[in-house]
Amino acid sequence: MTGTLFSKADKDIEINKNNDCNDLQCEEFEETPLYAAVLTYLGYAILCLFGWLRDFLRQSNIEKKRGAVDPNASLGFVPLYQSYESFYTRNMYTRVRDIFNRPIASVPGAQFELTERMSDDYNWTYRYTGKTISAVNFGSYNYLGFAERTGQCATDAINGLKSYAVSSCGTRSEIGTQRYHIELEQLLANFLGVESSIVFGMGFATNALNLPAIASKGDLILSDEMNHVSLIIGMRISGASYQTFAHNDMNDLEAKLHAAIVHGHPRTNRPWKKIFIVVEGVYSMEGSICRLPQLIELKKKYKAYLYMDEAHSIGAMGKNGRGIVDYFNVDVNDVDILMGTFTKSFGSAGGYIAGRKSLIDHIRIHSHANTYASSMSAPIVQQIISSLRLLSSPEGEKRICQLADNTRYFRRKLVDMGFIVYGNKYSPVVPMLLYLPARVTRFNREMLRRGIAVVTVGFPATKLLEARVRFCLSAAHTRPMLDAALAAIDEVGTDIRLRYSSRHVHRRLKDL
Amino acid sequence: MGSSMTRGDIESLATDFYDLLESFKHAPFYHISFEIFLVLAVIWLVFFRKPRAIEKKLTEREKQELIDEWQPEPLVPPVDPNHPALNVRVLDGIVGKTVEIDGKKSLNFATFNFLNFVGNSRISEKAIQAVQKYGVGSCGPRGFYGTIDIHLELEERLAKFFNCEEGIIYSYGFSTIASIIPAYSKRNDILFVDEGVHYAIQKGVEASRSHVKWFKHNDIQDLERLLAEQEVLDKKNPKKARTIRRFLIIEGLYVNYGDICPLPRMVELKYKYKYRIFIDESVSFGTIGQTGRGVTEYYDIDRQKIDLISSSLEYSIGSIGGFAVGSSFVVDHQRLSAQGYCFSASLPPLLAAAAIEALNIMEEQSTPLFETIMSKSKRLHKKLLSIKGYSVMGDEISPLKHLRLANALNTIGRLEEIVQFAQTRDITITVARYLTDEHLLPEPSIRLILNVEMTDEELEFLCTVLQEALVKVTS
Repeated sequence: MTGTLFSKADKDIEINKNNDCNDLQCEEFEETPLYAAVLTYLGYAILCLFGWLRDFLRQSNIEKKRGAVDPNASLGFVPLYQSYESFYTRNMYTRVRDIFNRPIASVPGAQFELTERMSDDYNWTYRYTGKTISAVNFGSYNYLGFAERTGQCATDAINGLKSYAVSSCGTRSEIGTQRYHIELEQLLANFLGVESSIVFGMGFATNALNLPAIASKGDLILSDEMNHVSLIIGMRISGASYQTFAHNDMNDLEAKLHAAIVHGHPRTNRPWKKIFIVVEGVYSMEGSICRLPQLIELKKKYKAYLYMDEAHSIGAMGKNGRGIVDYFNVDVNDVDILMGTFTKSFGSAGGYIAGRKSLIDHIRIHSHANTYASSMSAPIVQQIISSLRLLSSPEGEKRICQLADNTRYFRRKLVDMGFIVYGNKYSPVVPMLLYLPARVTRFNREMLRRGIAVVTVGFPATKLLEARVRFCLSAAHTRPMLDAALAAIDEVGTDIRLRYSSRHVHRRLKDL
Repeated sequence: MGSSMTRGDIESLATDFYDLLESFKHAPFYHISFEIFLVLAVIWLVFFRKPRAIEKKLTEREKQELIDEWQPEPLVPPVDPNHPALNVRVLDGIVGKTVEIDGKKSLNFATFNFLNFVGNSRISEKAIQAVQKYGVGSCGPRGFYGTIDIHLELEERLAKFFNCEEGIIYSYGFSTIASIIPAYSKRNDILFVDEGVHYAIQKGVEASRSHVKWFKHNDIQDLERLLAEQEVLDKKNPKKARTIRRFLIIEGLYVNYGDICPLPRMVELKYKYKYRIFIDESVSFGTIGQTGRGVTEYYDIDRQKIDLISSSLEYSIGSIGGFAVGSSFVVDHQRLSAQGYCFSASLPPLLAAAAIEALNIMEEQSTPLFETIMSKSKRLHKKLLSIKGYSVMGDEISPLKHLRLANALNTIGRLEEIVQFAQTRDITITVARYLTDEHLLPEPSIRLILNVEMTDEELEFLCTVLQEALVKVTS
């Protein structure tokens, strides 16, 4: 029996023990069944074998070489790519390329139009037929359903365009700060209940360009192992030392905090200047929620600073949509640095950092984005302002309730049918495990054939064994849409045998 | 007389020795083994024992004391409330050729609005249509239903404009080049980078963790020296040299200096020393060259010889985002390896629509538009040179110039006074802002940017105000 299979199980039981059955933190990560693990490894091995065979055929010119060729190849330049990097692209990714990067031709709402594309040469090239396929959208980040082309927000965005044009072509620190930037920052600070906030044009850049302004050499950052790439890039550029702790494991974090303060820097033994704990509110691949109450306890005990990335949880969690702080009902001032994005729940683009005024002023002076990047575009900002105002109104409350309702319903049904679903009971990100690479692609294509567009992810975005489909629920999904999706999942799940769970009984949808 | 040993002495010595041996034979076994053990112990103690390190094991109480005593630094250091970043001018309305600050309109020489596309009615109209069709946000990364057909159209149009095989767009200008460099250059590779590149390139270079060799700004001799040094190292270890990739990272028109790179010689050296050229044409796209196609057009160099051209949609085009064009072989790699492309939400469709329309206008107006901007830049350059007391940095055809006070009077304080004075006279200019950790911090300067629709009278007015400001500041 492989070690990984058991360690997951042990962690699972420990999580349940820690909970004291605290409903808000009820999470499940069922262990990988042995036969699924064996078949998955076998699947990848067969793919590798065929990959080597095809590469050999291509090398010996038996098969035609496809794909682009280096124009500098024959001139003595060092090859631009490692051969093993492109092995994966040529032999595994290209086979299933049609399930990724699907272009759409409409607003990414609950129901959308995909442009139809056909390939005559096994996904090396595509041609567009000009037709569109209508499908229910379970892939876009549209938690509160603000991806709309009509309605109050769209009208406000258009008015913003008329009054302020598309861009200002200047940076925030020079000539580029417009009145609507200041309005948005104040509105956001009031919404979150903090002193001050600052906004940026890109969520990814918010992490990557501002962590270096906050942390520097001589600091220690403890980051969750499942943190997003933007956080890791920010940590690397900042020059601070960083260590990872096991996902959502507060005991591991405490041990590392303890060791960090007692022993200091591993080689010089000098004490750390500051210690940061970096976590996300909702983890987009696992569907889990960070353990905020315990984190705040730990941070106070060890005098560390807490940075929480609420990209997926702002707007979507909490009874007022104020994120994880609202969800656990803790004091917002206990989290030192709140970060979030506007792409997911607000139907716009960009990111923000919120906290004490001294922190935000410091970021204004030292942030790379504030000094060198273009200020946010007017219609983008207007969309956020309108959706923020709407969130505080009865309409917004309705959307938040609808999302929570949809989440509970969908997750309950999936689990009752016998599928393995990861994550917290209340998180609108629903990862369902598929394991085998062939089942992943088959599932995606079969669902599209039934009019449901889903997002499937495999290695390297997830661990090798744990390929999954990730459903992103939305307040715009109606009950009939969810039922249609569940019916399709039931049918496809029976067809290709996706009911892996050993904790729940396997049932058909009609028997629920 | 006693030194010589008599026969009798030797005999007695031998007898003693014989007795010793006999006694050994008769001694009990435990006695002999104990003696041998003692001898061995002495040998070990003298020769082989290493001094034992005293182990520093802390008690629980000591650990708790350390934790209680440890005081972290405050989250942020004290902030200067008078820092310019905290006291910026707030703008109202459209930031085009004129900008409104505190109710007063002034001429705008501070934003990167080279072709005056900001506020263009055709562009705004197309953006509005895009909102009515697609909404505002794209709600996902490119891999997960965030690819909208308008993105594909923009990529195709950009590739066609530059006559390259493929284009790729990013949702943020800063992240474009900062994601591109680490996608190709890894730990073992070598980057030859001009010292004067802007901050985003510096961060890209840092993120790649490659060996960086900085050469003096626009100094071809210095670059050749570095290349020759590297060649010597390569000859010493040819096997390793065959696995190290080399890249040259330069800008077409440098934002921090306003001058154009010596591209022809760099392309020649490319084939001699076998490096690949990545050129960042953020400022030169849409401003230099007969049809706005940048420095490759200006020098009449075949674009196939440049491996990758990256640029920004935030300057001449007047939208938001960035892009890169080149051969399919080079560009396609970014779709799986550029962090800022794969893991970030895609560009909002209305911004892509604005960019496409701006490109349409550029193609329609073509040569007359770019000849106008180049000739106006030359005129402005001449006018600025005629003001005694200022030094102007930048090529004469560059619409971006750096203005400094001559004769060692150049300080940020004086430049800020000039800017404030100009604002009272309804001219908006700005001191160029940098972070303190730039690789080579440029001297303080006022960054002047020419808008193609400025008339001659307005340029004259600018120079008059600058002259007056100079008098005020130096008196």
